[in-house]
Amino acid sequence: MSLFYSTLKYLAVTLWSMFVIAPFLWALTTSFKDFQSVTSGATYIPWVDFEPTLDGWRSLFKSPAQGGIAIVEPFFNSVIVTAAGSGISIILGTLAAYSLSRFTFRVGPIRNGDITFFFISQRIMPPVVLSIPFFIMLGKLGLLDTLFGLVLVYVVLLMPIAVWIMVDFFNKVPIEIDETALIDGCNPYQAFFKVVLPNSVPGIIVAGMFCMIFGWTDFFFAFILTFTEVQLLPVAIVALNSSITPWWSLSAAALVSVAPLVVVAFVVERYLSKGNLSGALK
Amino acid sequence: MSLIASNLSIKHEKNFHLNDVSFSMSKGEIYTIIGRTLAGKTTLLKTIAGLISPDSGGLTFDGHDFGGIPVWKREIAMVYQQFINYPHLTVYQNVAFPLKQRGIQKTEIHRRVIAALSQVGLEGFGDRKIQALSGGQQQRVALARSLVKEAKIVLLDEPLVNLDYKLREQLREEFRGIFDTKASEDSILIYSSTDPVEAMQLGGQILVMDEGRIIQQASAKEIYENPISTKVSQITNDPAMNLFEGRIEDGCIVLSPEIKFDLPSHFNGLPQGDFTFGLRAAAISLDDNGFPFSVELSEISGSETFLHVRHEGLKIVGLLNLVQNFSVGGKVSVRFDTKHLYAFAPDGRLKSSPYGGLQ
Repeated sequence: MSLFYSTLKYLAVTLWSMFVIAPFLWALTTSFKDFQSVTSGATYIPWVDFEPTLDGWRSLFKSPAQGGIAIVEPFFNSVIVTAAGSGISIILGTLAAYSLSRFTFRVGPIRNGDITFFFISQRIMPPVVLSIPFFIMLGKLGLLDTLFGLVLVYVVLLMPIAVWIMVDFFNKVPIEIDETALIDGCNPYQAFFKVVLPNSVPGIIVAGMFCMIFGWTDFFFAFILTFTEVQLLPVAIVALNSSITPWWSLSAAALVSVAPLVVVAFVVERYLSKGNLSGALK
Repeated sequence: MSLIASNLSIKHEKNFHLNDVSFSMSKGEIYTIIGRTLAGKTTLLKTIAGLISPDSGGLTFDGHDFGGIPVWKREIAMVYQQFINYPHLTVYQNVAFPLKQRGIQKTEIHRRVIAALSQVGLEGFGDRKIQALSGGQQQRVALARSLVKEAKIVLLDEPLVNLDYKLREQLREEFRGIFDTKASEDSILIYSSTDPVEAMQLGGQILVMDEGRIIQQASAKEIYENPISTKVSQITNDPAMNLFEGRIEDGCIVLSPEIKFDLPSHFNGLPQGDFTFGLRAAAISLDDNGFPFSVELSEISGSETFLHVRHEGLKIVGLLNLVQNFSVGGKVSVRFDTKHLYAFAPDGRLKSSPYGGLQ
């Protein structure tokens, strides 16, 4: 019986892995193909099914005038906007979450839980509802089509995620830890920075990862709020989708866009698999 | 050096967490606050620590107002019932933390940390991570951190409650030893507990709390011998003192038409009338010439047996020596050792005790 279930389990894992890996394999092999190989049907084994070429990868570094797609600048634009947006969101979000977790706020019928929900409700609204006010506000500030403007918008979009995750994390950290730090001679700021923050690293990493994922994969606002000066990676990749799609370049660009998230996922995997984040403190 | 509380009150919505609490505590003494869950023990400790501000009343320490001093500037140490340490630091760093905060020199920190670790039996554990320690060891680290500060007031909030029985016994003895030395120096030690046995073993002064009030403050011996009310008698005895309604009539105590016995000599001055009588479980025994009761439950505890018996509406618990087996519903003859009987007025106030005579 156990052998049967064990076999069934491994079969399920194998099928699921294939389901997940297949698109990557398709993109990887396609990135090494040329026009002829792409149009001649589904092939996967280099040198046997098709002759590999680096044309798709080389095109990432060439300018459009040279027949390339110049992905380097959009890539670094995305890195800057995502890193700055996530970093600022985590800093502000962690501070907001700590105060929502530790102090009682009351304004009429509004309590801490309502404030937390207000933050996350920003993510419940369809993006298109936010796009018009963002467009008008950035326009008035002269920040349309700028990296700084995008960073501001991403902070607004990502901070609710950071607050939501960190409030939950801090709620699971016993308040007696903060109190002990105060009793041991820390003022409230020292208690936060010397004791609470170092013990919140797992939560911060998870919140940071979610911010990075949402920031890195955003297409909608990157498309609406930029024109010619600034282009982010998702927009640059989608721009390749023309009447004659260069599948090899598109695949190489797609792999480049996914690569940072894969690296991040591997780095923080151990924190994600912990399940109960507060376990770090008990 | 003394800690004086005057009329401390903390009210949340309609409930008092502390209700007009006043006391005076002197250095070199151990004070045990005993009370049931939600009696206000932790609130009182946190108020002394400065973690909670009272709605009214005040605290003075050494003649100075304590209220205006922030927590981090009060010379206080506290150990919680949960094993609260800093998980990101090693054992050594945990114990050294409060000293570093005070800016004490490294060599002095080292000397005091090593001494504190040795005092709690954790020599050689300095490099370990907190998570690598057992619950008892974690609590010892917390204790070492409270000792190392040489604080003027040491607060221990049910520090043994989350430990297993054996470890609790062991640490309780060690606590006594550690704090006997400590308290005799220049600290006020305040220990809170729900466990009467723990409170009695620690000795010193006991403050009995109920619903945010201190209902009796006296030495452990005095609390044991003369609990001033039925509430105190319930809180400070384990199992709780047996209480039963009855009358004094014609030189007899009448609990029911069948259960009557002679008035013990220490009740001689009491008038006839209704009383609540109290008798500890240890003063109940089995005797062929006793009163008929039926067994409701028998529980073996270590080398003793708790026997729950009933006679019509009268329910009592007896503590019998040795392990004895009884069948539920079986008949037993119960004897009351009236020499140890207490009499309380119908409103709960102590009227006569075997130790103090008339109140």
